[in-house]
Amino acid sequence: MANSNNGVLGSLMAWVDERLPVTDFYKHHLSEYYAPKNFNFWYFFGSLAMLVLVNQLLSGIWLTMHYKPDATQAFQSVEYIMRDVPWGWLIRYMHSTGASAFFIVVYLHMFRGLMYGSYRKPRELVWLIGMVIYLVLMAEAFMGYVLPWGQMSYWGAQVIINLFGAIPVVGDDLTMWIRGDYLVSDATLNRFFALHVVAMPILLLGLVVIHLAALHTVGSNNPDGIEIKAKKDENGKPLDGIPFHPYYSVKDILGVAVFLIFFAGIIFYAPALGGLFLEHDNFVPANPLVTPIHIKPVWYFTPFYAILKAVPSKLGGVIAMGAAIVMLFLVPWLDRSPVKSIRYKGILSKIALAIFTVSFVTLGWLAMQAGSETQTLVARICTVLYFLFFLLMPIYTSIEKTKPVPERVTK
Amino acid sequence: MANQGVNQGRRRFLTASTAVVGAVGAGFAAVPFIKSWLPSARAEAAGAPVLADISKLEPGQKMTVEWRGKPVFVVKRTPEMLELLPKQDPRLRDPNSEVESQQPSYAKNPTRSLKPEIMVLVAICTHLGCVPEYKPEIGPQPFDHDWAGGFYCPCHKSRFDLAGRVYQGVPAPTNLVVPPYRFPDDHHVLIGEDPKEAA
Repeated sequence: MANSNNGVLGSLMAWVDERLPVTDFYKHHLSEYYAPKNFNFWYFFGSLAMLVLVNQLLSGIWLTMHYKPDATQAFQSVEYIMRDVPWGWLIRYMHSTGASAFFIVVYLHMFRGLMYGSYRKPRELVWLIGMVIYLVLMAEAFMGYVLPWGQMSYWGAQVIINLFGAIPVVGDDLTMWIRGDYLVSDATLNRFFALHVVAMPILLLGLVVIHLAALHTVGSNNPDGIEIKAKKDENGKPLDGIPFHPYYSVKDILGVAVFLIFFAGIIFYAPALGGLFLEHDNFVPANPLVTPIHIKPVWYFTPFYAILKAVPSKLGGVIAMGAAIVMLFLVPWLDRSPVKSIRYKGILSKIALAIFTVSFVTLGWLAMQAGSETQTLVARICTVLYFLFFLLMPIYTSIEKTKPVPERVTK
Repeated sequence: MANQGVNQGRRRFLTASTAVVGAVGAGFAAVPFIKSWLPSARAEAAGAPVLADISKLEPGQKMTVEWRGKPVFVVKRTPEMLELLPKQDPRLRDPNSEVESQQPSYAKNPTRSLKPEIMVLVAICTHLGCVPEYKPEIGPQPFDHDWAGGFYCPCHKSRFDLAGRVYQGVPAPTNLVVPPYRFPDDHHVLIGEDPKEAA
């Protein structure tokens, strides 16, 4: 690309490169960024997360062109987008389905990290920045869910803001400060709109840039959890690495195509996904005097919500929920295994990860149920198992017998 | 630039003091941005007291009044309901209303009210702010086999008796809030204002 000194295009490129390192950037991050050659299915979700981010930005900008961030008009304006704005229904469903899709790909992306030890040295910061992205994404999704100002928007906001009320001494003043009123009201809606469409997206984009900057400094991990930089050819290129472009850009296009089939299927045939992506109660305008019978968050928050509900104390529940997320931040230092990937870890790590996955999914399912006494008991057991996965990690990763790690990546 | 003869101590002092002055300035500049999130003058003004007519309230009936945008329940308790109140004490977290923030001093009594039969409560669950349901039926319920009438929160199953006192073993930490209120005459209740003699 830049080597061609001849031709108009070549000299134009040379002119630009002297002033802005376009070719350098392209080589560094794409054509000469060496990624391990043994990426599998699990490595689709990082690039898919970027695709969904672009989808959210684009559809989100278009939604703001018709949406009114006003407690008296918000619900109506969403109905207006759905019924009267040309293609408004499509743009809104792209955005609402995109929100759930974002969490699906991010959860799978995080699970990949847990499986293959992508958080281990030297990738601790990649993991930590990723966790911050996850937190910002949760805040962004929560505030976005409030904007249609339906019953679930309103009461979800009420419940989640009141979580801060559990903080001793300052709790009540803090919730009033967040709401900007004595109750969730127009002031709350208006500020959530500002945060949702301006502040959080800027933050998210910045974090994605540094997530990738950190990743491209240390290089990608792989299913074998070994460093491809350790074995290089005479030109200093990793023997087990292949340039991201064209090899993985082409592979990712396949992932995008498959993803879009599912994505479009939901948008066109089941945009509410049976109340999972868009909850039934949110088709009723917000009413501050009547609480819906079942308040439950959207599916992507349910595992943490189940932990909150499992603890029979307000402050205790909030602390448990916060701790459940803090645990994920600590993983790079809890894992003491001599190997990174689950492929070479011992049986204890495999059992622990399996129990953790089952507990997490069960918790998510339980939070959506009415909550019988048996279900509360199961939720408590799963909460304990969730925490044990992390708290016992230093023990089971160091006592188990690991398999020998290969010198070079395997198929 | 030549680096000989640089006074490192002075350089460090200047760098540190510039940073400190800058941080203090940034701190002051943050104040208006943080304070602008507090309730506006308009929101504060909307918190005026409301007058409710209770002359048509039958024994055992509940009415909902909006005060500061929050639902306030006014319940006329029957003598039977009042009789059951003291019997709940052993099952309650705070039977004697020890938590001062949950009621004005004039409602810190066994019935948590000015007049024993009239109960005035902010119908916001002290757990996470849902509106509890009024369940006056006495007898076994799906959520409590020995129900003496009261309030049941559908969100996380917190239970309160007919004086808004929280039962043990539920997520809500405290009793429901009794707002300031007074009776200007026998037919009305004014929510949001203390009784004349108490103020």
